[in-house]
Amino acid sequence: MGFSSFAPSGLHLTCDVLVLGGGPAGTWAAFEAARTGARVVLADKGFCGTSGATAPSGTSIWYVEPDPKLRAAAIVSREALGGFLADRAWSARVLETTHAALHELGARGYPFPVDGAGNPIRVSLQGPEYMRLMRKLAKGAGVRILDHSPALELLVDEAGAVAGARGIRRQQGDGWQVDAGAVVIATGGCAFLSRALGCAALTGDGHLMAAEAGADFSGMEFSNAYAIAADFASVTKTLFFKWATFTDEAGEVIPGAASNGGRSVIARHLQKGRVFARLDRADAAMQANMRAAQPNFFLPFDRMGIDPFTDRFPITLHLEGTVRGTGGLRIVDETCATRVPGLYAAGDAATRELICGGFTGGGSHNAAWAVSSGRWAGRAAAEFGRRAPNGRVRRGAGTAGLRDAGARPFDPAEAARTVVGEVHPFDRNYFRTEEGLTRSLDRLDSQWARLTASAPADGTNVLRAREAAAMTAVARWMYRSGLARTESRGMHRRIDHAAADPAQRHLLTAAGLTEVSVSHRPAPPLAADAAEQRSSEGIAA
Amino acid sequence: MIELISAARCTGCNICVAACPTNVFASSLSGPPVIARQADCQTCFMCELYCPEDALYVAPTAGAPLGLASEADAPLPLGTYRAAIGWTPATAANRSVDAMHAVLSAK
Repeated sequence: MGFSSFAPSGLHLTCDVLVLGGGPAGTWAAFEAARTGARVVLADKGFCGTSGATAPSGTSIWYVEPDPKLRAAAIVSREALGGFLADRAWSARVLETTHAALHELGARGYPFPVDGAGNPIRVSLQGPEYMRLMRKLAKGAGVRILDHSPALELLVDEAGAVAGARGIRRQQGDGWQVDAGAVVIATGGCAFLSRALGCAALTGDGHLMAAEAGADFSGMEFSNAYAIAADFASVTKTLFFKWATFTDEAGEVIPGAASNGGRSVIARHLQKGRVFARLDRADAAMQANMRAAQPNFFLPFDRMGIDPFTDRFPITLHLEGTVRGTGGLRIVDETCATRVPGLYAAGDAATRELICGGFTGGGSHNAAWAVSSGRWAGRAAAEFGRRAPNGRVRRGAGTAGLRDAGARPFDPAEAARTVVGEVHPFDRNYFRTEEGLTRSLDRLDSQWARLTASAPADGTNVLRAREAAAMTAVARWMYRSGLARTESRGMHRRIDHAAADPAQRHLLTAAGLTEVSVSHRPAPPLAADAAEQRSSEGIAA
Repeated sequence: MIELISAARCTGCNICVAACPTNVFASSLSGPPVIARQADCQTCFMCELYCPEDALYVAPTAGAPLGLASEADAPLPLGTYRAAIGWTPATAANRSVDAMHAVLSAK
């Protein structure tokens, strides 16, 4: 049974805006679009409210009061870390929009904690609470939500504009097609099936679909984020390891190991043996704060009978790929449009270089970006979608796993294993070299060729096949960009080019599926005060 | 990974089937849902939070199940996480407890 066999018996809807993905960016986009009166459908691979990286966890958020000095300081403070690639104007827009959105969240029932004077503190969000509210807001605004309805391909019209999508309803065993005036991709980043919390469904599906319609990418070399976790657990919360002492098997302190500025030391050590942590630098007051800040961080420890403040426990680094990297779909204007008419991008699926440059740490900037880009994309998609002509002829834009004919069967599990083997290992992705990247690309390129020449996946395998194809494509954009950036900047780290090269303060565009090409474009102009601190370039995080 | 659905507590409402982001459960016509695709569990604990009866227990190990056979095997009572975040009537005050600002501002 091929994918096409789902279509006749499935659900067929028509709307102005289709949002793919039900995390923070997708729900904000859908909510915002629906508020303008647009007819909106949101399709989530899992369940809107629990799926994605935000829902199971908590996130700090880049929220700064509208004091010009505070705002300016917040914008400048991370420029060096990001390799001076961020754009101050975009940062200012994001701070403004995020501020307004968080005040609205509070007014609509989000229970922000209050300070001694009774004023709400809006610098973090609890994932379950936040995303439950976002689902409610979207539904309340009239958004039709399709849960467990992964999209498999975009639909394009005769002129090449995006005009909807098709997918499957995995709990009903049939398919869906939504004819839409515009589409917002809010499918999150790609974490390549690592065990990082909430990342299982983040396999780059939206990236692949968008590329098949003609979209391109920016910042894909900034895709090698790894987060610290207990080695038995999924819960990542690198911030808390600021209070850790890291030791080796014998209990000796590992020199230089740290959550920030020393994670590479941990990675090097993990290549040789086990690494242990104990959060013994947190005093009693901080221990209580940590528990009150992130109850989920303590779940694995409490349930294993481990006290992380007094017991040593083995740790690992989970790949977060482009989830905490900053690469994604290239944004061409302030509406968060991609270069394909009718297609918008929001949240981690889009590049966050505009506000982060080449580096993000925790959720803060990404969480603010999800809110802001979601609102802008939703509003713009509503306007575009309402103006879209009726009676367009639509065709599916999907390739690998859907319709490229060939006799060879598509083995999704094998394909996924191949990608994982090229992107998880530290010596490939964390510590990059020309030789390593080239060798990986040889394998990934031949895998892409193989997948596109395979028979379409059958009904139960089609989602896994598309995920494997998407991860293969994302890895190729990542590594081709990483190969083109012959320097270390932001989180991109080249062992064979350990310093930043002032001549490479530019942005990289990656495009293409059969052949991947990388070109560069100018970074935003450097402000005079930033030029002065550029001597700090090359300090890798 | 999700390991237990307490038959004694489960009312068969199937909220977990809907809420699981990775589609691990399958509803059954009579009785509790079944853990149909355990290997797809991403150990995110969301099913526990959404279960109104505290009938689920997610073991903390992400790589492999611990092999818990019954509720008596769980080292902690079922429902501790839901209570901690304030999603039970008795603990609703916890919803606005969030000391992240204190963690973030620590030097």
